[in-house]
Amino acid sequence: MERNTYRDGPDAQGRFGPFGGRYVAETLMPLILEVERAWRAAQRDPAFEAELRYYLEHYVGRPSPLYFAERLTAHLGGAKIYFKRDELNHTGAHKINNTVGQILLARRMGKTRIIAETGAGQHGVATATVCALFDLPCVVYMGETDIARQAPNVFRMKLLGAEVVPVTSGSRTLKDAMNETLRDWVANVDDTFYVIGTVAGPHPYPAMVRDFQSVIGNEVRDQILAAEGRLPDTLVACIGGGSNAMGLFHPFLDETGIDIHAVEAAGEGLDTGRHAASLTAGSPGVLHGNRTYLLQDGDGQIQEAHSISAGLDYPGVGPEHAWLHDVGRVRYVSVTDAEALEAFQLCSRLEGILPALEPSHALAHVARIAGGLPSDHLLVMNMCGRGDKDVFTVAEALGVEL
Amino acid sequence: MTGGRDRIARRFAALAGEGRSAFIPFVSAGDPDRETSAAILARLPALGADLIELGMPFSDPMADGPSIQAGGERALRAGQTMADTLAMVSAFRERDADTPLVLMGYFNPIYRYGSEAFAADARAAGVDGLIVVDLPPEEDEELRGPAETAGLALIRLVAPTTDDARLRRILADCDGFVYYVSVTGITGTKSAMTRDVAAGLARVRKATDLPVAVGFGVRDAGQASEIAGFADAVVVGSAIVQRIESTLSNGRAGSGTIPGVEALVRELAGGVRNGRGPEAEEAGG
Repeated sequence: MERNTYRDGPDAQGRFGPFGGRYVAETLMPLILEVERAWRAAQRDPAFEAELRYYLEHYVGRPSPLYFAERLTAHLGGAKIYFKRDELNHTGAHKINNTVGQILLARRMGKTRIIAETGAGQHGVATATVCALFDLPCVVYMGETDIARQAPNVFRMKLLGAEVVPVTSGSRTLKDAMNETLRDWVANVDDTFYVIGTVAGPHPYPAMVRDFQSVIGNEVRDQILAAEGRLPDTLVACIGGGSNAMGLFHPFLDETGIDIHAVEAAGEGLDTGRHAASLTAGSPGVLHGNRTYLLQDGDGQIQEAHSISAGLDYPGVGPEHAWLHDVGRVRYVSVTDAEALEAFQLCSRLEGILPALEPSHALAHVARIAGGLPSDHLLVMNMCGRGDKDVFTVAEALGVEL
Repeated sequence: MTGGRDRIARRFAALAGEGRSAFIPFVSAGDPDRETSAAILARLPALGADLIELGMPFSDPMADGPSIQAGGERALRAGQTMADTLAMVSAFRERDADTPLVLMGYFNPIYRYGSEAFAADARAAGVDGLIVVDLPPEEDEELRGPAETAGLALIRLVAPTTDDARLRRILADCDGFVYYVSVTGITGTKSAMTRDVAAGLARVRKATDLPVAVGFGVRDAGQASEIAGFADAVVVGSAIVQRIESTLSNGRAGSGTIPGVEALVRELAGGVRNGRGPEAEEAGG
């Protein structure tokens, strides 16, 4: 079937094809609808747009550079590789593009308390940061397992004045933190706004987070035209829930000549069962307010994800990705912990950039494909986070004692 | 048809005739293990249960507090599957043809089973209705059709946050009874304020003739009694699941588990029965 556009989702029910929707308890439904109304109104309000732009420029530090990775390009001997440097944002990752947007919206709605879930802690830090800026109380739910492996980010959030609540239910990781945040929201419907960190959850979150993150792809378009006089040939981004990937991809979905690759975490290997590759190895289901691909058993119980990267360690994926997967517009591939670690070291040595373990997955895929592409092939990879938070994890994985 | 939604309607009609409110205990299927759970289920009608809510365990129960989460986790650890839950209902139905039984849980295990196959198998097992917490009216069409075909009541929830426009939409296709969530919160963590619940319930009653059950925030017999004074049914879950937890020994069912649950259910049922007595008339109006 011929399709005019890949960019017109979601529909009024919040669906991208069969995916998405609003699978939440009735107590939350009126709130979800209120968030949607407020967001639609904000989108039409030039004052909101101006305020968002102001903070993105002066506080976050946008636009982030589009950097030609010359030594990596020479090393791989093929495609011309550009990094979109979202790791240079304030707080060191793309997450803050979205938290600024949602917290400005929460203020507009008169909400006085902010809650969030976090996995790696990047979204928690980005939320706590903007809450400090606007003097809003902030509660971040984080799985006990993630607290143990992301201690620096936990301390960062506390320094920023946030309360970090350990989640001890289920697998004690991101999915359980999200359950707990939803429970908090149900109990505090009047004053609280839930800042979801990725393009998942009930409608309108997948579309709203995508739109706040689309600043990434929109900047890339201007920057690559300035640098090369044409659009890129290939885009690559890592994907857990999928917000940095949607942010890069969405503005380019209708340029169907552009190859788009999203890289999931294959953990210890897809055949070991210890991975986080919901699209490559999962099946459709309903969790956290939306229908999407999930890691689950035959009885519909959600399974634990595994990745060396806490930010990719989620057993689901945003519903728009699920749809882009099924219609074939984006190619979803996977990279193991070991491959990501190798890419982490390669980039550190060749480019002087410590990438976060999340974009190290994207890098590993770039390393896999770049050599086979011609030298005039333009490849843009989203460097969505910096690796400082991961040095302890990497040291441990490499058997180095600090 | 004698079962399904008809069994629910018959029971509420009979209770209305007696002038009393229904007591609906909730337990998670398979908590703490299949055998103990089946034994508890079988005993509930004799202890005063007028209807039964049986939880379908799910790994990620977003609307539930710590007690019911823990109960579901115990059941899943003990190996409970959806097929086991339906088999439990079949065994229950062999000995009890009158007490309506409603399955309560989340959509994913049903979706995975297949909505049509699930509705048909549930009805065949003797289930009468379904409450699916994360299926608001906007999303329940794919289950409503199969449930109607199978003769199962798809029971919808109304919350204190539900406005009048949504209320009409919810009630338009609600079946069996209306489940009024008595607190803005998850199960078992906040205590319902009787006055607020009464006001909320009055709003629902104006919009429907269906029986209205109250749940999520009912903690003990005294409170159950107060709410029975004006509700058609009172649901108690977390307190019963907590009783299972507190009577375990080394994480397994102990000698006190079944007697402990029996004593509590009897007490709660007594509370609901007293709810429309002369004393309660004075206290609760």
